[in-house]
Amino acid sequence: MARVVVDVMLKPEILDPQGQAVQRALPRLGFDGIADVRQGKRFELEVAEPVDAAALARIHEMAETFLANTVIEDFIVKVEEA
Amino acid sequence: MTSRIGVVTFPGTLDDRDSLRAARIAGAEAVPLWHRDKDLKQVDAVVLAGGFSYGDYLRAGAISRFSPVMETIIEQAKAGLPVLGICNGFQILTESHLLPGAMLRNNHLHFICRDQKLRVENAETAWTADYSAGQEISVPLKNIDGRYVADERTLDELEAEGRVAFRYLDGNPNGSLRDIAGITNAAGNVVGLMPHPEHAVEPLIGTGRTDGLGFFTSILKKLVSA
Repeated sequence: MARVVVDVMLKPEILDPQGQAVQRALPRLGFDGIADVRQGKRFELEVAEPVDAAALARIHEMAETFLANTVIEDFIVKVEEA
Repeated sequence: MTSRIGVVTFPGTLDDRDSLRAARIAGAEAVPLWHRDKDLKQVDAVVLAGGFSYGDYLRAGAISRFSPVMETIIEQAKAGLPVLGICNGFQILTESHLLPGAMLRNNHLHFICRDQKLRVENAETAWTADYSAGQEISVPLKNIDGRYVADERTLDELEAEGRVAFRYLDGNPNGSLRDIAGITNAAGNVVGLMPHPEHAVEPLIGTGRTDGLGFFTSILKKLVSA
């Protein structure tokens, strides 16, 4: 089993009011010095077969068509070492 | 022959009944469609109704977009089938790339439920021909993911081609870029908007106005004259 992680983030130019709300709550909780917060999504895919180039290409396609909406989001695909 | 307007029910759709009723009040034969059924039952037009299909999981509309019924709708919409997406239906249309841009969480993070004044900017689409350009209407608005976004180039293109179909008046309720409440595709057969015309078709309920009925009478006239 291998784990592939897909991180999805809003593009930098897209306003993230949820991240802003988190950032604004921080000083109240005593966490100072955080200038900005952006909130994203992390998908952990457990892959049954060894992750070769073809499998990675399929996961990339999956992220592009489904896990992320590339109109508003960027994504990164990473293979995690076992 | 009476025109047939289909309304799709996904798991989590809320406004399918009201949309079917609005179609009937306008004089159409209202036809329920099911998300797992590819068959559109020979309808002449389709309404994607509001609600929270698939719980808005992943992104609003993202999972519905890959349902069997959407395969047929996407294919036929490209060939000219009139499709109206209301609220969650609009989100499904942007996720399907039948309409450009995307819908995000309201800039103030609150769920909004109120009557909303709109200006009809394009009265030449299949769903707006019964209005006049510049006409002001008021229909309910109720959502949390209503902020329309697209890149500057797309927005400029929409403006230049007259494809901004509706704009919010008296204050932008959700941070939508350029006050956009609804848009159309270039052909004018696919229209999406966040506010709910199907809730404003009878004087007795909702806003007390029937400002939303025009969507349904517009499409009926178009179908009859086609």
